[in-house]
Amino acid sequence: MNGNQRTVDPWRDFRDGPWRETIDVADFVHRNHEPYLGDASFLTGPTERTLAVWDRLRALFPEERRRGVYDIDAATPSTITAHAPGYVDRERELIVGLQTDAPLRRAIMPAGGLRMVETALRAYGREPDRRVHEIFTRYRRTHNDAVFDAYPEDVLAARRSHIVTGLPDAYGRGRIIGDYRRVALYGVDRLIEERRAHKAALDGRRSTDDVIRDREELAEQIRALGELKEMAAGYGFDISRPAATGQQAIQWLYFGYLAATKEQNGAAMSLGRTAGFVDVYLRRDIVEGRLDETGAQELVDDFVIKLRIIRFLRTPEYDQLFSGDPTWVTESLGGMGADGRPLVTRTTFRYLQTLYNLGPAPEPNLTVLWSPRLPDGFKRFCAQVSLDTSAIQYENDELIRPAYDDDTAIACCVSAMRVGRDMQFFGARVNLAKALLYAINGGRDELTGEQVAPPTPPVGGETLDHDEVLAAYDRTLDWLAQTYVDALNVIHHQHDRYAYERLEMALHDHPVRRFMATGVAGLSVAVDSLSAIRYGRVKVLRDETGLAVDYAVEGEFPTYGNDDDRADEIAVWLVETFAAKLRRQRAYRDAELTMSVLTITSNVVYGRHTGNTPDGRRAGEPFAPGANPMNGRDTHGLVAAALSVAKLPYDAARDGISLTGTVTPDGLGHTREERITNLAGVLDGYADAGGFHLNVNVLDRATLLDAMAHPERYPQLTVRVSGYAVNFVRLTPEQQRDVVSRTFHGSL
Amino acid sequence: MAPGAAPPVLDGAVHSWDTSIGVDGPGTRFVVFLAGCPLRCRYCHSPDTWYGRSGRRRTVDEMVATIARYRRFVQVAGGGVTVSGGEPLLQPRFTGELLRRCHALGLHTALDTSGFLGDRADDALLDATDLVLLDVKAGRPETYRRVTGTGRLAPTLRFARRLADRGTPMWIRYVLVPGLTDAVDEVARVADVAAGLTGVARVEVLPFHRLGAHKYAELGLAFPLADTAPPDPELLARVRGQFVERGLTVT
Repeated sequence: MNGNQRTVDPWRDFRDGPWRETIDVADFVHRNHEPYLGDASFLTGPTERTLAVWDRLRALFPEERRRGVYDIDAATPSTITAHAPGYVDRERELIVGLQTDAPLRRAIMPAGGLRMVETALRAYGREPDRRVHEIFTRYRRTHNDAVFDAYPEDVLAARRSHIVTGLPDAYGRGRIIGDYRRVALYGVDRLIEERRAHKAALDGRRSTDDVIRDREELAEQIRALGELKEMAAGYGFDISRPAATGQQAIQWLYFGYLAATKEQNGAAMSLGRTAGFVDVYLRRDIVEGRLDETGAQELVDDFVIKLRIIRFLRTPEYDQLFSGDPTWVTESLGGMGADGRPLVTRTTFRYLQTLYNLGPAPEPNLTVLWSPRLPDGFKRFCAQVSLDTSAIQYENDELIRPAYDDDTAIACCVSAMRVGRDMQFFGARVNLAKALLYAINGGRDELTGEQVAPPTPPVGGETLDHDEVLAAYDRTLDWLAQTYVDALNVIHHQHDRYAYERLEMALHDHPVRRFMATGVAGLSVAVDSLSAIRYGRVKVLRDETGLAVDYAVEGEFPTYGNDDDRADEIAVWLVETFAAKLRRQRAYRDAELTMSVLTITSNVVYGRHTGNTPDGRRAGEPFAPGANPMNGRDTHGLVAAALSVAKLPYDAARDGISLTGTVTPDGLGHTREERITNLAGVLDGYADAGGFHLNVNVLDRATLLDAMAHPERYPQLTVRVSGYAVNFVRLTPEQQRDVVSRTFHGSL
Repeated sequence: MAPGAAPPVLDGAVHSWDTSIGVDGPGTRFVVFLAGCPLRCRYCHSPDTWYGRSGRRRTVDEMVATIARYRRFVQVAGGGVTVSGGEPLLQPRFTGELLRRCHALGLHTALDTSGFLGDRADDALLDATDLVLLDVKAGRPETYRRVTGTGRLAPTLRFARRLADRGTPMWIRYVLVPGLTDAVDEVARVADVAAGLTGVARVEVLPFHRLGAHKYAELGLAFPLADTAPPDPELLARVRGQFVERGLTVT
């Protein structure tokens, strides 16, 4: 843009280090970031310019909400360069770039799966494009087709019966975070040069499967980087060189992210850990007199506006599963440095401030890496933002940093990865409650009677015997682990072949560390059921074919979520047992098997597909989300529930353990100051107890009920559900009822 | 240990326990609700704690073992333990020992009481109490009787003065019920009492609510205030204002 800046050293005044010689953004941040230890009083409100841009978009949202999508470009399969540049408000925007040529116009990404694209188009009243159909059926295979060609029969059966579910086999897998900061710090030419060197290094190796694949992937990455430059040039920017100002740094970084979202309809397209990086540039601008606080906040606001309008075309069923229209543009904020200095900067505050300047919103998914050692001013601001917006989530930096490093970010909801060094093969989750029913029924599905798991002797007798059930469950979990990882191996092999994340992987180290991130749902239902069988008496009611279809529980039994070791130990046992079974499987590309206890909002759908359970839960009733205690069974308050969840070992569930807690404002104290102090105190206590993740909703039940009745009055009401914030009025009525029925931890 | 040498096991009727944040004393609290209360307040939201028999016998050791699990959490979160009820001073030995043991663990301790049985709290119990949440239910003896059915105001006032003389910090609580405790003169008397005591760190005006109504239904009892609406914001502001005027900190 500005010709003068071409002659300016983009790295002027930066502290030197190894980052100059090798691609190492973490080193750059360590050497150049300046902790901010103060409070939020320096922050500024939105400028007229910011509000004008945001209002232009806000005017489109009601229409989008009404129709499900605002607009679709159904004829142009998306690539980094497929669409002409688009603008929201060309005169006013500070950060530019849209996924297509117009705001909220969604792109199609058939490489992940044509069926998903065409189903979605039809659902929104659009005819699929014939040329696109021809290309992706006749000339080009999709990931979706390739997966189903290679799925074995038992995976198909497990998928059909919803014991294994949510698999990324029809769309992009996501959860891969490119280190978009590299684009800003090094410029694209340097990144291409580095990829070329990696590729050249492979020339000396024999052309085995692995080496061939690596060479091809590197070639694709280099090509994607070239397209990234081309895309930016379309907007008038030369990003071959490093960014020289704060505005450029955000713009370059955003271009990197934007290109990824043009190429991939990933389940979660997370941003990484950018605030501390951006702060180095904004601080330099302020010192140089280029920018003041208002200007710095404006840039952050404008960037966040762009992140709020990331859109993907998905089917209504997908949106139903995950509540609304999630993109999981997760940004990880705060945390402590390995050197003991907090990684909190003024820009960390500025990111949070967007929730005031632009109003609450689920995206970007602002995630605070919490440590009791964080500066008090930052802790209090976070607590305040939670009170006011319910829009941020917390993850325990004291668990993440030792397990990964201090430049780690969350993908999606709770999945930690070192930025640019780790990637993961996203694996959705299996239904542990249903697996218990399979164990009791000898591998038959409790709803259909179909033999899904290999036939084993059903658990007999009128009353369930604990040891017999446990032995059967163990066998079922063996089968489940094997079938599940089998499915994931197929999915990720084919995804690498047919829908490879060229750009995101170009922004990773080579070679990269890979995780295979599995997950479990229905933990609390399975645990309470086992507790009922062990501590109470569970009678089985069978249908005429001998299938156990219902249970009658007699006697009291301890339930998970009350800090009662008798129940909580079952939860720990189940998490550790299943994790160990998973780890014994051989994963594609020798990925490390990890596991999450996370459902997002799919707990509703899992519950719908699961019959009566021995804990007394009725068929179809929603599960509790994530690692939460079953709704209403945690009777000793949020802290007791949190302590139960905190017992689940992070070592066995390295992909994250999710807890969602809802408190009423009155349940946190009488005055605003007190509530801030108390919420920060609870977060300290939970982190100290070893809890991994906490979603905090500060809401009245009455507010939610009113929002159900009058959605038009609450366009921005945000609630957090198991790792993700959603726009409450976009939930289905069933999901809304689920949120309302969740335990409200309000004191009487 | 030889038979007979063990000290008598001290136990009490415990209705339940809970964790709460910011509403039963400062910070995150472990709250023990004891069973049994001599009063029958018309607005009571926990009729299930009226009788000692509705609790379970728990030893002090048992309760302390449970509390110890939360010790670190409540300390890190800036809280402590609150002994509530029912009326904890109906079981003064159990309450006193529980407070003493919690205090010995380094926990901040609070006693949530009507003060009606304040005479039963010995000095050792109060030595182990960092804060008393004193529920002053009325300013006039006749209102006190009408609110509680069975109680008298004088013992509470006597207890309050004793706490002030000892230097035990207090939070004065006042449940605001339209038509029952909302008269200007009624509130003024309570405010006068509070303002005249040293050690009143704050006054909590608690708006009446009907969230305990279902408990009456479950117990087959009539809820006397079933038709009384919670106070509106204007009334709440007026009453809080009456305390603020006396220079008190009000929440």
